[in-house]
Amino acid sequence: MSVKPAARLRRKDLVGIDPLSPDEIQLILDTADQMRDIAARPIKKVPALRGKTVVNLFMEASTRTRFSFEVAEKRLSADSLSFSAAASSVSKGETLVDTALNLEAMQPDFIVIRHFHAGAPHQLARILKSSVINAGDGAHEHPTQALLDALTMRLHRGTLEGQVVAIVGDLQHSRVVRSNVLLLSRMGATVRVAAPPSLIPLEMEKLGCEVHRRIEDAIAGADVVMMLRIQLERQGRMNFPTVREYYDFFALTPERLKLAKRDCLVMHPGPMNRGVEIDSRVADGPQSVILEQVTNGVAVRMAVLYLLAGGHGEPTAD
Amino acid sequence: MTRVQVLDARGVARALERMAAELIEHVGDETLLYLVGVQTRGVPLARRLARLVAAKTGHEPPVGALDIALYRDDVGPWRPAHQQPVLRDTELPVGVDEKVVCLVDDVLYTGRTVRAALDTLMDYGRPRSIRLAVLVDRGHRELPIAADFVGRAVPTSRSEDVQVHLQECDGEEGVWIAKEVAG
Repeated sequence: MSVKPAARLRRKDLVGIDPLSPDEIQLILDTADQMRDIAARPIKKVPALRGKTVVNLFMEASTRTRFSFEVAEKRLSADSLSFSAAASSVSKGETLVDTALNLEAMQPDFIVIRHFHAGAPHQLARILKSSVINAGDGAHEHPTQALLDALTMRLHRGTLEGQVVAIVGDLQHSRVVRSNVLLLSRMGATVRVAAPPSLIPLEMEKLGCEVHRRIEDAIAGADVVMMLRIQLERQGRMNFPTVREYYDFFALTPERLKLAKRDCLVMHPGPMNRGVEIDSRVADGPQSVILEQVTNGVAVRMAVLYLLAGGHGEPTAD
Repeated sequence: MTRVQVLDARGVARALERMAAELIEHVGDETLLYLVGVQTRGVPLARRLARLVAAKTGHEPPVGALDIALYRDDVGPWRPAHQQPVLRDTELPVGVDEKVVCLVDDVLYTGRTVRAALDTLMDYGRPRSIRLAVLVDRGHRELPIAADFVGRAVPTSRSEDVQVHLQECDGEEGVWIAKEVAG
């Protein structure tokens, strides 16, 4: 590791990448790197969070992120409870704050929340004593996704500094792109984004990235290409004429991938729409690290849980 | 801060030499021996002991590194606010099953680190036996744990700090007792 990071994450919550310093990001990545080894042990479990309770409050559909958090919690010996909106009192009209206060009355230590409204985790973080972890809020942030993407890049490239990362797809509805641009630019990478004009949010460049309207311009010479899912379910109206046309102009195909560096990594946060934003030959090709991202996601979530369990008070001596 | 040296570089070398001899005598069959250092200063000490065993017997035992941070007892409801220990490598190049594992650490104090190391090791397999070698035993045990091989027993008070410095990590070699001077 080039820089010695501050050996502390003195926070109660992880609500986004935005509040994190480069040292804190590096500490989380270094810790996650060590957590990866636990999956290779004969007993894939350590007692670090024994006696801690984690509530996974998922108000929006999720397979990967919810399972990933659950696996991370079990590997650290925490007790976890998962909550899905459909089978709960939310369908009876209870507000988010009331739901959260009722859950907190059962004394959990962590609340992991996925919510369709931006800012929901921040609201809970302010009113709850438990540590709150954002597992995706609306089109705002998805910090653990950006951290697992960064860990995957760092494992292959050794560093994030100086890397050219192209992110292509539905920028308008993506929380993944926001967290990734914030993290990567903070760690010294160059981020280029590309999308059809109708899927580029206003003032995108203010996040700290180059904005392109052609995929070719974004991926030329890139070290990493990250494709984003076309979120058909989030679009009130179609922002492009047809899925076929989207593929023709914006999909990552084997031909387009040749524009990037020869050993360019191909990433996707999932779930993929094969044949829409990514060609199967690329998704399953030798440069794809899409499934490694999933493996690294567990390690990153373990690191975040472990570090936040340290609390936010004064450190104590050995 | 006053600092009193209790072992110099030669003293450390002599202590390790004697520990290696005792270890060989104790194990009998040195091909079963596996030296596992507790991060961080236990690891270079385990490497040195392995070289000394090799010099005496012609067989160099494998050396592992153990990080006990995820098994510590000061992480949890007993100490609600603290700084989480930084995680370091755990590397066990060969399996621990049926080996005579000798844990190696620089200082034995409360015994809590050794308890955590035992639990960590048990999650990797079932050694034939586990022994403990420490360069310095400073007393004040809080658990029923004792070392099998001790470089130097140093009586201390709890207010004192025992500093083991090794060339590999600190650029100087020796053992010191440091004490905060009032006023």
